[in-house]
Amino acid sequence: MLTGVIKPDEGTARIFGHDILSEGLKSRQLMGIVPEMANAYVDLSAWNNIMLTGELYGIPKKQRKMKAEKLLKEFGLHNRKGHTVKGFSRGMKQKLLLCMALINEPQILFLDEPTSGLDVESQRRIRDMIRDLNEKGTTVFLTTHNMEEANQLCDNIAIINHGKIATIDSPERLKSRSSGLQSIEVSFNKAVGVNELMKIQGVFEVRKQGDKARLYVDDPSTVIAELVEFAKARKAKIISLNTLAPSLEDVFLKLVREEEKGVPYGK
Amino acid sequence: MFLMASSLYGDQFKRSLAIVKKNIRIYYSKGPVIIFGLLIPFFLFLSFYIGRNLPAEALIPGLLGMTAFFTATSVGPAIVPWEARAKTLERLISSPISLWAIFLGDVLSSFLFGAFVSLFPIIAALLIGIEIVNLLVLALGVILATFCFASLSILLSSYPPTDTPAGVMMISSMVKFPLVFISGIFIPIEELPSWGKTLSSISPLTYFTDLARNSIQGRSYYPVELDLVVLLIFAIVFLVAAIKIHERTMPKRL
Repeated sequence: MLTGVIKPDEGTARIFGHDILSEGLKSRQLMGIVPEMANAYVDLSAWNNIMLTGELYGIPKKQRKMKAEKLLKEFGLHNRKGHTVKGFSRGMKQKLLLCMALINEPQILFLDEPTSGLDVESQRRIRDMIRDLNEKGTTVFLTTHNMEEANQLCDNIAIINHGKIATIDSPERLKSRSSGLQSIEVSFNKAVGVNELMKIQGVFEVRKQGDKARLYVDDPSTVIAELVEFAKARKAKIISLNTLAPSLEDVFLKLVREEEKGVPYGK
Repeated sequence: MFLMASSLYGDQFKRSLAIVKKNIRIYYSKGPVIIFGLLIPFFLFLSFYIGRNLPAEALIPGLLGMTAFFTATSVGPAIVPWEARAKTLERLISSPISLWAIFLGDVLSSFLFGAFVSLFPIIAALLIGIEIVNLLVLALGVILATFCFASLSILLSSYPPTDTPAGVMMISSMVKFPLVFISGIFIPIEELPSWGKTLSSISPLTYFTDLARNSIQGRSYYPVELDLVVLLIFAIVFLVAAIKIHERTMPKRL
């Protein structure tokens, strides 16, 4: 919607002061966009795709050529610039889309699942590039289903459930607001039933994870002491014990469940 | 205020030219498209004229009319559905280019292709010694007619909003082929019955064929001025309708 592809039913939005409807051209002029579906022109070369984008943004010829050369070198595509995109791998296409999105030196960059389906090395390189751009002053608007990616890259996260923003906050504050999502991961030298662990005071959920159990608790220190007593009473030895902060995935799942039950988040 | 508006339109027109360049590179510069654009009208034309023992002057206006019509409408209808399917349309729409500028670019590329290929029958006519009585009128007619047909080709893809090029091409053929038969190409307008004459008057191709006959054979059914004005009106109506309908149907296409 912010990129002008879908018309809003109601409400207003501004990109650096420009209304997305009444000043659509001006607001889009300030954006760079990397859509989820790789949509460079596959019959054009990488160079011609970037040139076309530059022309659509009204960048003078000399400037767009210089910028395209620089971007292709930065993204390691310079030796393939004359090749049609048809023969590019997914990672190369994604890098080309980033080059196209950056040709106009955007003030705001929209990225839709930028690392989805990429190999680990390409994911890491693209994440580093995103961090680098953000450090240089570009606002990055990232849409992702990858919680760890959001955790690593974002200053603020909006969680959308059923098309509505459920909450917006920084990753750490989101986690800290999630009472009851702290957990202890424990394993014993002999089998211990989930039902037995549920009887420990302060534990309100137990999930079996392989040979370990994950206990969701409010106060980890009290439960650790209880666990030691629990092991002694059963003549069992604790092999490993870790306290875990809630992951963003835990926060997301809790939020979705609470929304479904009609409970406002964090209450 | 006027200067600001004209600079905005000028700037958007430049971006239309980027669309033209892109379309020529992707769709029109392919050998098969050019050959196909020439061959279809040529063979269709031959199949009707072989054995009729008509002078070359009588053949060239029809051949020129068919070539201009078929080439200017050959690829245009498929561009928008094709790009919707490839998700490149989404990229264009999220760029700082107005919808009218995108479609004007599509029309201009079809126009350039149609006008370029239309040169072939004109050159062939000159090579075999046919005298073109009014070259200037013919040139103006080719420009207006190919622009008009190019606008029609983009209009053909405006409704229904689909991302299936084959479906649009079928609709396009259903419109294009009947138009060829009612436009005075195979039977001159003056030889048509009165209902045929009325029917032929709704086809823009009629006026171009008539104008071409005037430029080559020196005689026509309508006055040349009327041919030019009607072609201009058709061109404007098709262009405006194509842009307006596409603007309206775009949300359903994406």
